Amino acid sequence: MLVGGVDVGSTQTKAVIIDDRRQIRGRALIDTGGIITKAAESAFATAVADAGVAASDVAFVIGTGYGRYKVTFGHAQVTEISCHARGAQYFFPATHTVLDIGGQDTKAIRVGANGQVMDFSMNDKCAAGTGRFLGAAAYALDIPLGELGPLALGARNPVKITTTCTVFAESEIISWLARGKKTEDVLMGVHQAIAARSVSLIRRVGVEPEVTFTGGVTRNVAMVRLLQELLETDLNVSAEAHFMGAIGASLFALDRAMSGAAGAVEALSVETSLEQHRHAPGESCEACIAAGRPVLPARKVAAR
Amino acid sequence: MQQEELIGRGRREGNRLFKEWFLELDAAAGTEEPVAYTFVMGSMAEVLRALDFHVVFPEINSLQAAVKKQSLEYLNKAEDYGYSTDVCGYVKADVGTQLQGGHHPNGRIPRPSLVVASNMCNTYVKWVEIWQRLHGCQVAVFDLPGQRSMAWDAKPGDPAFETDRRYVLGQLEELIATGERITGRAFDIERLRTVLGHVNSMAADWEAVLRLNQSSPAPFNVLADGLTYMGMLSAYRGTAQGEHYMRELREEMEFRVAHRIGTVPEERFRLHGVGPACYPFFRRFLELFQEWGAVFVSSEYLAYAGGGLDRGIHYDLDRPLESLAEQLVLTAQRSMSSMFFSQDRLHQAVRDWNADGIVYHSVKSCRTVSTGMADSREYVTRVYDVPALFLESDLVDPRAWSEAQIKNRVDAYFEALAARKLATAAGRR
Repeated sequence: MLVGGVDVGSTQTKAVIIDDRRQIRGRALIDTGGIITKAAESAFATAVADAGVAASDVAFVIGTGYGRYKVTFGHAQVTEISCHARGAQYFFPATHTVLDIGGQDTKAIRVGANGQVMDFSMNDKCAAGTGRFLGAAAYALDIPLGELGPLALGARNPVKITTTCTVFAESEIISWLARGKKTEDVLMGVHQAIAARSVSLIRRVGVEPEVTFTGGVTRNVAMVRLLQELLETDLNVSAEAHFMGAIGASLFALDRAMSGAAGAVEALSVETSLEQHRHAPGESCEACIAAGRPVLPARKVAAR
Repeated sequence: MQQEELIGRGRREGNRLFKEWFLELDAAAGTEEPVAYTFVMGSMAEVLRALDFHVVFPEINSLQAAVKKQSLEYLNKAEDYGYSTDVCGYVKADVGTQLQGGHHPNGRIPRPSLVVASNMCNTYVKWVEIWQRLHGCQVAVFDLPGQRSMAWDAKPGDPAFETDRRYVLGQLEELIATGERITGRAFDIERLRTVLGHVNSMAADWEAVLRLNQSSPAPFNVLADGLTYMGMLSAYRGTAQGEHYMRELREEMEFRVAHRIGTVPEERFRLHGVGPACYPFFRRFLELFQEWGAVFVSSEYLAYAGGGLDRGIHYDLDRPLESLAEQLVLTAQRSMSSMFFSQDRLHQAVRDWNADGIVYHSVKSCRTVSTGMADSREYVTRVYDVPALFLESDLVDPRAWSEAQIKNRVDAYFEALAARKLATAAGRR
């Protein structure tokens, strides 16, 4: 049996196909772009091709990420918070805290037994301290994202980036460079600012070892090292960390596919009885009448 | 009575009476009749009604402007006039209304002849100064003593409490003298006694209505229909109509409980709310929770914005002014100490209303209400193991609403709650 998870993030879309032994059979990573439905379909098709199977072989698909409701070919949606927790604990069973730094948000998650989310904390409605902050630095310094971490590790006198705004960070970076600061020192300042904000989020839910770091920013060596120093603990970082949301979604999909209608995912699904009681205009049922829910006026048919 | 007539009557009647109330204000706008502006917390509506003032609640006007999707226009007007984006959204929506001659989606708002505030919200004190500058009206500001002590050290009968009561009584007497000068009418203590009697009845029924929501399924959603009921508590406080309304509302809720009529087809989650909804997106805000079969069964907001009637105020009609002063002190103590020691009361509410968790909605433009919410959330989560969700937007400013982020948090919260319920049912917790 094959199942899939599609994580449609604000920046990138990830798709994973796993089998009933929880082995990853195929994966895909693409930029999300402006047409979310298309991104979800493309990522899924690429992952299916990578697995060497047909889309019709995939029994169940769960969408996650900000674009989860645009995974229109999927069967259910689960937030990336639950998915990262599930994926992290699958790879590192002793995980009790998860930090995910994504494109537009950073999440700290306290995880209980069976990958259950006990508590979570996210950045405010602002991209400060997220992957986008690093992206802004890369743009301002004209350095590829992948080179930021190694360069930052060469810093000897890091600057203090004080702004919390991703947009203003660009001007602050330029201003430090104009004052003669070295690129690596400015870059380390950016990394320190993000790490400090992330640690503050983690402290809100409590730092309980083991701590697993997920999301695309895990590939940044400077960020991993800084977080370890600030948290005074080693971080679990999987080679699949970038795909953790999609992997968690596929694990939920496997639960669903193997247990039929019952099981954890059933409870996680947003399909509620309210949906089942949604009536066409002019129609109702006994339960809705008893509950005093108004009947929508019947649509008027325009006279021709 | 037919079931169809009874179910939803509180909402329908509330909406009708609200329209009437705004029509009355609209009619007063073209006359020289005395008008008092005041606030839902520490409103002094009892004294103002006894003096025959039309009573205007600018907080209700701002809320209504937001529900009718007009608040952004008013906020922009106030900001163009010079108010910072950080200033309370309620204040700016009101200033926007005042700057356009009192024109409001619900009708004209009359100019004030008297404005009355208290220190129950620190913004009130500066808000009345705006009206004074705009309208040259009389101002009365009450200094209500609070206690930063969870145990409420001073209780009725204690010397310290009696000092506080006398202090407030003196301020009430000053207000009455000012009101007499403005209206040209002598204060009638019998009139006040009648008003207080109506409040006693309203408070008793309202307290019962809130208690009825401890039933499962809950007969009403405190953030949805509760908003109408709460508005009635202020707008019709101390009136015969208000008393009649609350009695009928209690009847409806008793019927709903007896027949197990809830507000969603299947009540899956019961929530305690802290903070108001985001009113420019009111329906959507509620839907985010209703989609999961969740009902807000109790709320801090209903307590403080309902003028303190939730705790079953009972005035002693044999000594009306003294009793009014006493209740004002008690309400102020509760409100102010609540800001510093909310966690234990919240935990008690969760147990009393059998709630599955707490949802905090922090208001970007209101530090008074929002200060300490994050700490409180952390405390109830860690110490009491109550699952709590923290959201932030604003009560009237649509620019602070970000649906994708908010929905993500709400969905994740319910996913965790659902998993927790499953684990509990399976004996894994």
